Amino acid sequence: MIATLGEYTLASLREIGRISAFIANGVKCCFTPPFYFKEILRHIISIGFYSLPIVGLTAIFVGMALALQMHVGFTRFNAEGAIATVVLIGITRELGPVFAGLMVAGRMSSSIAAEIGSMKVSEQIDALVTMSVDPYKFLVAPRIIAAVLTMPILVFIADIIGVMGGFLVATTLLDYSTGSYLAQTANNFELWDVLSGLFKAAAFGFSIASFGCYHGFSSDLGARGVGRATTSAVVASCIGILALNYILTTLFFGA
Amino acid sequence: MKNTITIENIHKSFGKLHVLNGLSLNIENKEAHVILGQSGCGKSVLLKCLLGIFEIDSGEITVSGISVKDKSQSKEYMQKFSILFQGNALFDSMTVIENVEFGIKQSLKHKHLSDKEIRSIAEEKILAVGLQDRVFDIYPAEMSGGMQKRAALARAIAVEPEILLFDEPTSGLDPITGGLICNLLKDTVKNLGITSLTITHDLRVAEFLSDRVSVINKGQVAWIGHTKDMKKCGNEFVEEFYRASNVISARK
Ligand SMILES: Nc1ncnc2c1ncn2[C@@H]1O[C@H](COP(=O)(O)OP(=O)(O)OP(=O)(O)O)[C@@H](O)[C@H]1O
Ligand SMILES: [Mg+2]
Repeated sequence: MIATLGEYTLASLREIGRISAFIANGVKCCFTPPFYFKEILRHIISIGFYSLPIVGLTAIFVGMALALQMHVGFTRFNAEGAIATVVLIGITRELGPVFAGLMVAGRMSSSIAAEIGSMKVSEQIDALVTMSVDPYKFLVAPRIIAAVLTMPILVFIADIIGVMGGFLVATTLLDYSTGSYLAQTANNFELWDVLSGLFKAAAFGFSIASFGCYHGFSSDLGARGVGRATTSAVVASCIGILALNYILTTLFFGA
Repeated sequence: MKNTITIENIHKSFGKLHVLNGLSLNIENKEAHVILGQSGCGKSVLLKCLLGIFEIDSGEITVSGISVKDKSQSKEYMQKFSILFQGNALFDSMTVIENVEFGIKQSLKHKHLSDKEIRSIAEEKILAVGLQDRVFDIYPAEMSGGMQKRAALARAIAVEPEILLFDEPTSGLDPITGGLICNLLKDTVKNLGITSLTITHDLRVAEFLSDRVSVINKGQVAWIGHTKDMKKCGNEFVEEFYRASNVISARK
């Protein structure tokens, strides 16, 4: 029993060591030439552009639900006036980045892991090595760079759409006046709320790309191996996002 | 004649599994050598050791005087080879011509070329392996197995290697396409006048492509010679391999 526990602990530590080494190497490759700009652009498009619809939809529903919830909650102690502020802060600081991050993680870290995993299975990674191309520089670095650059843009768009969603629900369903809602939003706008969310977004992008790549590279051979790698990548990057979110929130806003 | 590839007493194991057990092999310059062996005997492992993808546990491999362990010359070492992988290993995010161009761009020899020159070399090589210009801009996944094999060969020869490696060149192809590909490989090697090393378990491929074959068994070279001498070579495993291969061909 104790032996099993010990083995399990050691295995987990080894895994953590492997992940850290992988990520450290990946980061190093982001700053050392050669840079594959065409690859970076390709991933910016696949991570950023094609995630727009899903991120937009998520944001509008989250914004709408948040406004409704806050209205119900705040009327209990006659604080309906604060709803615009709460929607603004809630979306920009927390819900925009986290929901966009989780949605993009579901979409992208799985596809990154699947793409790299099947490249490994079909010997494309060996082919890169034999052409003396560093697979980390060619496969990992462009994905990390693309994800870190595009996530803040996606989240910025999600912020706007989410706040709009709250505005729509408040002014159409809940009888808030358009003018006062907008005025309250404008008066309570703080740049740091938005910026902190964008920093988080960049960190989430990093988590999505790193875990996607790591699990792709360590995937077992065969279709089943790739399937498992895909699942692990999504789980790991989502947990990474939630953990990073807590750490960054403490750093930015902690007492 | 001068040896191009010298493999001396190499060992490679994965945990308790000893795949290569003191294997030695010399391949001469401009020789067409074929390695024959059963499935799972370690042919692909040998290939990956030769390429330095797997580190050998002990022994030595040198190619035109450069050791596989010499990290300072690993790029020069690697670029002596071009490999036609078992599954072709074409990059599926790139079109056929981009695949070939990508190969050329990585090669030290072609560093000074402009994009236009690279493009024209790539076009020439794709046509040379019997593909048409309509495949330039399609993705590997849209092609049949035989066409993919040809495209992969175009990528392999475009970098003007000293040694061509073929890993199971006919696997996954029907007999007619397999035959066409074998002919193409033989012609290509002859025209370029370079060393080739083919890995296969198919005796007929070996007969067709080889100057010499080495038969691998139990992690060592069991026998080296010409395929026509295999039948009565005195080595039990090699004769068994020969008989079994012919039984299968006779049944077809
Ligand atoms: N990365 C690896 N880790 C552990 N064992 C491996 C690895 N690669 C190969 N092996 C083992 O080495 C042995 C030889 O495998 P190899 O792929 O070289 O066979 P092969 O001769 O190429 O067979 P085939 O004709 O089927 O391709 C097998 O038992 C395989 O399980
Ligand atoms: Mg093999």
